[in-house]
Amino acid sequence: MTHGSIEWTDRRVEVIIGTLLRAGVVAAAVVVLAGAAVYLVRHGAAAPHYAVFQGEPTDLRTPSGILADAATLQGRGIIQLGLLILLATPVARVAFSVFAFAMERDSLYVVVTLIVLAVLVLSLAGGML
Amino acid sequence: MNTLELTLLIWLGSLLAGFLGALTGLGGGIIITPLLTLAFGVDIRYAIGATLVSVIATSSGAAAAYVKEGFSNIRIGMFLEIATTVGAVVGASLAARLPTTTIAVIFGTVLLYSAYVSSRGVHESAGDSQPDRLATLLRMDSSYPTPEGPRSYHVHAVPTGFGLMFGAGALSGLLGIGSGALKVIAMDQAMRIPFKVSTTTSNFMIGVTAAASAGIYLRRGYIDPGLAMPVMLGVLMGSMIGARVLAGARTRVLRLVFGVVVAVLAIEMIYHGLTGRL
Repeated sequence: MTHGSIEWTDRRVEVIIGTLLRAGVVAAAVVVLAGAAVYLVRHGAAAPHYAVFQGEPTDLRTPSGILADAATLQGRGIIQLGLLILLATPVARVAFSVFAFAMERDSLYVVVTLIVLAVLVLSLAGGML
Repeated sequence: MNTLELTLLIWLGSLLAGFLGALTGLGGGIIITPLLTLAFGVDIRYAIGATLVSVIATSSGAAAAYVKEGFSNIRIGMFLEIATTVGAVVGASLAARLPTTTIAVIFGTVLLYSAYVSSRGVHESAGDSQPDRLATLLRMDSSYPTPEGPRSYHVHAVPTGFGLMFGAGALSGLLGIGSGALKVIAMDQAMRIPFKVSTTTSNFMIGVTAAASAGIYLRRGYIDPGLAMPVMLGVLMGSMIGARVLAGARTRVLRLVFGVVVAVLAIEMIYHGLTGRL
């Protein structure tokens, strides 16, 4: 491994990825916290409902529904938006790794990383299961 | 109890779980689901959804600290993530088809095993050895820093490790846990990767693995924002405090105590699952 150059080394890529992940987690936590404040002020006195499984309403299951709920400042929608940011963080990490391996001219690992990215996108976008 | 009180209690419990999980290296997620189901009476599907989210948070949050040390190996991690993500998708789709009582029994069994592994503690696998053809082809061999300078290592048994990782991913998707213990066993025991490299690379992989199944849980409506919120914030804060305290802490006794707690929870989960009360 070469150090001290501006080349794309594994080490440099790891540091960028670490920073990217931390930024994603901090952003997610801030949004979740904001949503928590709205949710608890409005619904804190209500009775909880976690003992019986009903499944979430459809608007809290899809990115477009979550965005719509968050845009109208609904507490649960804002929290779910934060969780969506959290979910997107590892995906962003893998997407960045595709780019980084390409810069390192490591075509074998570009393919490996693209496979992982494809599985992630398919599972998040849905349709197949 | 109203929503505010329950949220605060769950947040406190998650904080403690995250703290102990970071100190013992077992991860906080593993005791959240038993805590939520057994102590708070939460449906196991909601509990698993909330835990999965917290697993992504702690894995990603810890990664920044780990990369500074220079132990993790992104090639090993990325290659094995093919197995863990496909496994996670399979596990998450199984979760919708299995009865919750079966899931509880499997969960308890995995917990019990994790408690056993963690109480056994760290042991270093054999160091220098002959290079492996497939591992060389996949450019997995690397080196890690030691006080005496960088030490190189060779990776072995790639197909076995890959197969074990598929299993770890499936359990992660089925139970909403990081399956860090299983991932470390696959790398440390089967592939004979140095322990420090195994644990940090495993942490790197946990977030990606959990994200693969979390998308499916979200679309199925298993992730409740009101419940996931205190769990995620609590575990994240707890594990960050735990990681700070870790330097200089004597973890041997603590790991043993935590192991016993996990074992008790495991037996309780299995019992409740078998008697159909979950």
